[in-house]
Amino acid sequence: MSQVMDPPAPVEVELRPAPHLDMRRAVKLGLAGGAAMVLVAATGIVATFQPRMVIDPILPLGIFFLYLLAFAFGWMAGQPPATLEGYEPATAGSRNVLAGALAGLLAGLCLGLLLIVITVFDLRGVFINLSPELADILGFGLPVAAAVPVIAVASAAMGALGAAVHLLSRRVRRALMGALTAVIVFSLLTDLFGQLFSGLSLESVIDFLYTGRGGALTIIGAVAVFGAFILLFWWMEGRDSTLRQRVQAMPRGQRSRWQIGTALIILVVLYFVPRIMGPFVSQILVTAGIYLLMALGLNIVVGYAGLLDLGYVAFFAVGAYATAILTSPQSPAFDPQISVLASLPFVMVAATVAGILVATPVIRMRGDYLAIVTLGFGEIARILLNSEWLAPIFGGAQGITNIPDLQIGPLTFSTPQDYFYPVFLFVLLAAYVTFAVQKSRWGRAWMAMREDESVAEAMGVNIVTAKLSAFVVGAILASFGGALFAAQIGSVFPHTFDIVVSITVLVIIIVGGMGSVPGVTLGALVLIVLPNLLREFSEYQFLFYGVLLIVMMLKRPEGFIPSKRRAQELHTEELSQDAWLEIYGEKGQAEQVPEGAV
Amino acid sequence: MPLLEIQGLNKAFGGLRAINGLELHVDEGEVVSVIGPNGAGKTTFFNLVTGMETPDEGSIVFDGQNVVGLRPNQILKLGMARTFQNVRLFPAMTVLENVMVGQHSRTKAGLFGAIFKTPSQRREEAEIEERAKEVLSFFGTRLAGYRHDQLSMVLSYANRRRLEIARAMATGPRLLLLDEPTAGMNPRETIELTELIGRLRSERGYTIVLIEHDMQVVRNVSDRVVVLDHGVKLTEGSYDEVSTNEKVIEAYLGRPAELGA
Amino acid sequence: MTQAATVEARPARRASRITPVSVFLWGLRIVVLVVILYGSYLSISSGRLSAAQWRDLAVFGISTGSMYALIALGYTMVYGVLRFINFAHGEVFMVGGMMAFYVANALAVTPLWTSSPAVSLLIVLVAAMFTSTAVAVIVERIAYRPLRGAPRLIPLITSIGASFTIQYLVRGLLGPATKSFPRMEPLRGTFEFGGFVILKTQLVVIVAALLMMLGLYLFVERTRTGKSMRAVAEDPETAALMGINVDRTIVSVFAIGGAMAGVAGALWGLVFPSINFFSGFLPGIKAFTSAVLGGIGNIVGAMLGGVSLGIFESVGPSLVLAGYEIPAFSQLKDVVAYAALVLVLIFRPTGILGERLAQERT
Repeated sequence: MSQVMDPPAPVEVELRPAPHLDMRRAVKLGLAGGAAMVLVAATGIVATFQPRMVIDPILPLGIFFLYLLAFAFGWMAGQPPATLEGYEPATAGSRNVLAGALAGLLAGLCLGLLLIVITVFDLRGVFINLSPELADILGFGLPVAAAVPVIAVASAAMGALGAAVHLLSRRVRRALMGALTAVIVFSLLTDLFGQLFSGLSLESVIDFLYTGRGGALTIIGAVAVFGAFILLFWWMEGRDSTLRQRVQAMPRGQRSRWQIGTALIILVVLYFVPRIMGPFVSQILVTAGIYLLMALGLNIVVGYAGLLDLGYVAFFAVGAYATAILTSPQSPAFDPQISVLASLPFVMVAATVAGILVATPVIRMRGDYLAIVTLGFGEIARILLNSEWLAPIFGGAQGITNIPDLQIGPLTFSTPQDYFYPVFLFVLLAAYVTFAVQKSRWGRAWMAMREDESVAEAMGVNIVTAKLSAFVVGAILASFGGALFAAQIGSVFPHTFDIVVSITVLVIIIVGGMGSVPGVTLGALVLIVLPNLLREFSEYQFLFYGVLLIVMMLKRPEGFIPSKRRAQELHTEELSQDAWLEIYGEKGQAEQVPEGAV
Repeated sequence: MPLLEIQGLNKAFGGLRAINGLELHVDEGEVVSVIGPNGAGKTTFFNLVTGMETPDEGSIVFDGQNVVGLRPNQILKLGMARTFQNVRLFPAMTVLENVMVGQHSRTKAGLFGAIFKTPSQRREEAEIEERAKEVLSFFGTRLAGYRHDQLSMVLSYANRRRLEIARAMATGPRLLLLDEPTAGMNPRETIELTELIGRLRSERGYTIVLIEHDMQVVRNVSDRVVVLDHGVKLTEGSYDEVSTNEKVIEAYLGRPAELGA
Repeated sequence: MTQAATVEARPARRASRITPVSVFLWGLRIVVLVVILYGSYLSISSGRLSAAQWRDLAVFGISTGSMYALIALGYTMVYGVLRFINFAHGEVFMVGGMMAFYVANALAVTPLWTSSPAVSLLIVLVAAMFTSTAVAVIVERIAYRPLRGAPRLIPLITSIGASFTIQYLVRGLLGPATKSFPRMEPLRGTFEFGGFVILKTQLVVIVAALLMMLGLYLFVERTRTGKSMRAVAEDPETAALMGINVDRTIVSVFAIGGAMAGVAGALWGLVFPSINFFSGFLPGIKAFTSAVLGGIGNIVGAMLGGVSLGIFESVGPSLVLAGYEIPAFSQLKDVVAYAALVLVLIFRPTGILGERLAQERT
């Protein structure tokens, strides 16, 4: 029974030559890139970004962003086609660079065309951003006749560079891209790093790297960061995966000690974060934490149970208003004025009731209708909270103010730095609940329901209970977020609780990775922290959300850090090959292959 | 008293009468095969019996209780489990998890227990896993060991059929309804599955109703054969009686050689 | 042994289906019904509004409803063919409206505006139709076609992304300021016939909408493209086997839906003189409600649903809510629309004219 079957001997097959890089694709990408660059300019992104310097004084953000697009499209155009079975693997060569240059050139020509149009016509009556100032930026201050070729050449060059990345070896590529990303991060997040270094009393570092507190990177600073990270990534190559393998290979006891040790270190670091980073950054982190809490809740509703709730903000509002009504002396209808902590059990009850009320009518509804109905519920909730009719309870458009601070025993939390800790605690709680539920009876029932509702029911899952409980758990987590939000901000206003919040939370879990806690955390950090730190971005925040959603769904629907099964779910074609590899392993040895295995 | 008794069952979809006055019974411990030409209403019959569709008229009495109008999970709890014509596993769940889900209705740990990791919940989780492994061991080495943690979507076709049966077994039924269990299998797999069905009855004591097209299987496995055509029972009896019945041959029309073999 | 299958069928004894969920739903039905009827009774008996005012509200409702109907056609056709809700369709409408605004303003300074309003209006209409169609087709090509086989959640999320993208692209390109439509002199005032008084603009809207809907109905029923649309909606695989170019048919669906939405966008300017980048959101949702109300996948249903919703929304607050002396009940106008959406989807997802697509296939 325990015979080891050898894998079939590799058949000697003559491989056909690799397919040629498709130049027509480069043309298409060039035009698409051109459209992107034109739109970025015409929507005012370039002009808004321009004042901020990436590297002072040579690289403003507007131009940088524009030509980054050319770089990206060149990268795509120069990408060697995937290796097909029976063909030789394609190697990148000069043809790839040519493709990149071609794409870049076409994109640049489109941009040049825009410049000509702006100079000749005054379209500001329709397109408000096509101003002489924009022309100046796009044309580098040159007259049109000179500017257009400059743009075309610059764009072609960036495209070629982007394509050239494919020529590099993996190690070089990783190091280079990593270092470039680091420079961009250091430059854009100047406020964050400024605060960090200041908090660590390392002001001299700030002066070295940046032009000043909150200023752009200096040339020296940029070179320093670049160099440092090149070295870092070069050194790290191979070492990070071997590290992971070494940890996995450790015996059980040692591994858990390692994991606990790492966790403790992270906790200690996090303890100091609010102290070091100051009130502004702490506020952003608190907001991100509350969104993360909600995202973990919605993760259970959407990611585990498969119920697309577009009105999730309603539960957030329930928590916030419940706390407000119970704790604030300004509460219009009745003001028991209990402490925030004491209001939490009532918040849970209110959330449970709300969850049941929302879930019950939609139990037998199919997915997309469920989405729309919950959207309707969310909007109805907002309108009612804002209405004059219900103002005697909810305060109408004026909301409810004077919500007291959170108090736990002797500790009072009043500043954003203070609130970091309870918010973090609740996030940990939510993460724990997520993990605990995953490997439990109801977690499996939810997943089965998500996979195939009628079969799940035929296998004994009570669908009504399953949906209700998913909604209620999600509602409770969101309402905790609402309670913390209300206590921290000190007041609640109805216009805060609109559909944008629901969509933002949804985008966090989709982009971050549905069903995975690290993914959702990354999503919250990227989608909340970044726009708040980069003021220029915040004006175009929703445009980026929209584009991000589309791109993610097209290219990587499982999110950035997906849960393993989710990624497998969405890329089934690659799986059968992996299954073979799993059985036969890298060395062709099977663990236990039954006789006549199929 | 028969374990399952069906009387006067009617089901129409729009203008099409899928089930037309069906009468059927299954005694405990029997293996009954339901055969009939395509479109005879066999899978609809399964759907009605398990509650996935509601009949227009008629009664379905399982173990003395009328189950018409009950939801599928309630019927499952009473003791009827099924597999599907086109295998419907939970693709993104592992082999083990698929079987563990089957035990949902026989277990009771709630969210509270899961979150607070109460001793009873932990005990029950261990039991669920044990029982799942035990059920899977019924299939020998096919679904054993390293297979437990594979996602069910990577399994071979035959293994997926076996897993579906395992999942149905895990629900702790008295009556197993297998919908074309050997469809798409090669001869060797078919023989293996035929033995399996026999063992399901002899080792585990299930009553089994199966829909089948492969007459070798039907002959080797059934105590009794019921022939359906146009939603109504044409005849029933032993394989030999049914296979030589003129009406049955006529209904199949064009495959007398296979039936007589 | 053979048996004749002659047994009389006994009537089914359904086990009682009284579950907590069904109790809740029945309770909800009763509450809603009582609220509506009692409120209406109070409003009417209080005599707050004269018959003429009710009539005005109703007519206003019909004209906005006609626009919802036009937009709803896009939702219902796309859902019928691809089985997903095109969230971005509200934005397709908005884009048409924007184009209408710019063209109208450009024309308004020419003599053509006053001398020949019909032609001006026609130019505005065509421009809006063209723009909306282009946007709809582009979105389909970029965002939806690559996701044809994906699990249903994914195109839905993509369409949300598309909706945001279009909204904020428009905001960036054209600016966040609200734009106002120029007035059309010949369309000022009211039109009277047989005791009925109706605003000229409303009349134009209703007539134009009716004509477009009639045209669409004939198109879908009589032409080959229309037939292929119906075939693809029914069963895309079989349609492909019959030689129908499914991709091209789907593009036609988006194009026509977009065109209808464009017309609605142009007409919007006659009734509501202002528009901004966010104007597509609410009408989009209301149009989707209309589509479901009438029976999703059903073109006549979309038209009926649109007009019905327009009337509900217009008359509803004054009829039902005013009776309860709710202060500022007109604030709650959108609640009526959302409530209609929610109630229809809960209690009659197949809509007025019913459709086969409401239940998941087992």
